Amino acid sequence: MADPKKIAGGVVNFGVIAAFTGFAAFPFAWMVITMFKQTKDLLDPAHNPFVYNAPPTLEHLRVLFQDTLFLHWVGNTLFVGVLVVLITLVLAVPAGYSLARLTGPAGEKLGIGIFLTYLVPPTILFIPLSRLVALLGLQDRLWALVLVYPSFTVPFCTWLLMGFFKVIPKDVEEAAMIDGHSRLGAFVRVILPMSVAGLLTTIIFSFTLVMQEFVYGLTFITSSKNLTLSVGVPTFLVRGDVYFWGSLMGACFLSSVPIAILYNLFVDRFIAGFTVGAVKG
Amino acid sequence: MTAPALARPGFVERAAGVSDSARWLGRLMLAPAVLYIALVVAVPFLMAIGYSFSNVTIGTSTPRFVGLENFRNALQDPAFLKALGNTAIFSLVSQTLVIVLASILAIALQRRFRGKWLVRLLILLPWVAPISLGSIGWLWIFDPVYSVINWTLRHVGILGPDSWPIWLGQPNLAMASIIGVHVWRTMPLATIISLGGLSSIPQDIHDAAEVDGAGFFRHLFVITLPLVLPILLVAVLFGLVFSVTDMIVVYVLTRGGPFDSTQVLASLAFFKSIDGGDLSGGAAVALFLLPVLAVCAVLLLRLARRAEVV
Repeated sequence: MADPKKIAGGVVNFGVIAAFTGFAAFPFAWMVITMFKQTKDLLDPAHNPFVYNAPPTLEHLRVLFQDTLFLHWVGNTLFVGVLVVLITLVLAVPAGYSLARLTGPAGEKLGIGIFLTYLVPPTILFIPLSRLVALLGLQDRLWALVLVYPSFTVPFCTWLLMGFFKVIPKDVEEAAMIDGHSRLGAFVRVILPMSVAGLLTTIIFSFTLVMQEFVYGLTFITSSKNLTLSVGVPTFLVRGDVYFWGSLMGACFLSSVPIAILYNLFVDRFIAGFTVGAVKG
Repeated sequence: MTAPALARPGFVERAAGVSDSARWLGRLMLAPAVLYIALVVAVPFLMAIGYSFSNVTIGTSTPRFVGLENFRNALQDPAFLKALGNTAIFSLVSQTLVIVLASILAIALQRRFRGKWLVRLLILLPWVAPISLGSIGWLWIFDPVYSVINWTLRHVGILGPDSWPIWLGQPNLAMASIIGVHVWRTMPLATIISLGGLSSIPQDIHDAAEVDGAGFFRHLFVITLPLVLPILLVAVLFGLVFSVTDMIVVYVLTRGGPFDSTQVLASLAFFKSIDGGDLSGGAAVALFLLPVLAVCAVLLLRLARRAEVV
């Protein structure tokens, strides 16, 4: 029963997983340890950094919430996120359905074309977009981000939703249309209610993509009070030579981990979106 | 483009042939998304190409066509050549590491064990969390005075009393550090993609190999890896696209320094155009990324098409 080779394999396997998990999670663990440490404890090279040499403190979090623009940035991020999610839904849901059902083989090609636009990076687009944003008088306004962020949420979500709608059996609409619904009516009354999982996935992804975006935020927004979290924390909390590591780590942890956990619930669908076409089944 | 057709008389009668009306409805439902993408992706994309052939700066109102001058200037600029080389090193080294490490991790994760969901969550964190914030975490880990890495290395005796590496302050170490952070950040995606590929291999194939007495490594190199190869390639291509175009890790950790040793094309384009005001020069630098992106896109399409034929 106890095959030594198998046991050795199991130990190696466990070691590999433990090492990788440690590597992945360490910076976040480090954020948690740092955010509760007193500054005099943090900034003493003789102290063991892994333990609390002085009692833990909530002072850094108090500073973060009361003396910085952190909560303001949370509000900005929510504002942009919610509007971008709405725009994405309005554009990508009909487009995804159309590509899945109504456009035939031409739609297949167009779908791939739309997905490819996702590969055109902000690095190429931010220069002309900064000019467009200025022309529209939107510099340093959150509306600039609301306008531009759908450029990456719409292609990806259209592709994702196309996959979702394709899986629904065609009989469903046909039955609804025999019952007297028009094609559009069947889509709205029958297909959409069946696609709650797909819509929810779209919402989560659009929102996380907005939270992760950095280059456009850095380019279009100049005043600190109009920033979103992903730009505000690394730029305005680090101005000057004095780093408030406790507050900074608190800000990083609080604005990344909750959304990460939410996202994790949907990540398999996201991966399916990446690899659709490359693997079947 | 669809509205006139809808208004044409007799439309409804002809629509009785369902496919025809469905096609028009399809175009109508697709049009808003396509228009939006044209407006915020295609138009700026063409503008970027236009800029790269002109002398537009943040101040100019009447840009002039200058032909290939921006590209010629870039190719003669040592900073550009340095960034080009750095981008190649940064992308190739990080993605090679990612593929090797992600394959190992994916194979290890195939086993069933308790608490797997938690391990998955933790492994995915670096990719899911905003990278600008994750990089700040690393900035603290790499701190010149309080680096926890240095503290640990010294206390286990690897670092002698006189050596204290400044991770982000010495050219080679800085490059190694940003590669490390980028590997940390992109590995989860490649791992999960590979894991999907591994689990799509039918169990009978593994069983047959077992019956034939194939050892672990023979099994791995003769059966598993060749079968996962196409999907591994997808992971590589996405990884490359994300690597050559990424400027966030560099911006947050080193701003391209020390002495441009970590400057990549993406960050150079940013500093040139937004900080320096040279829009056309920046656009030309960014467009040097285009051939790489085009090759990746073509290969991805090939992979997708091949899978459809199968």
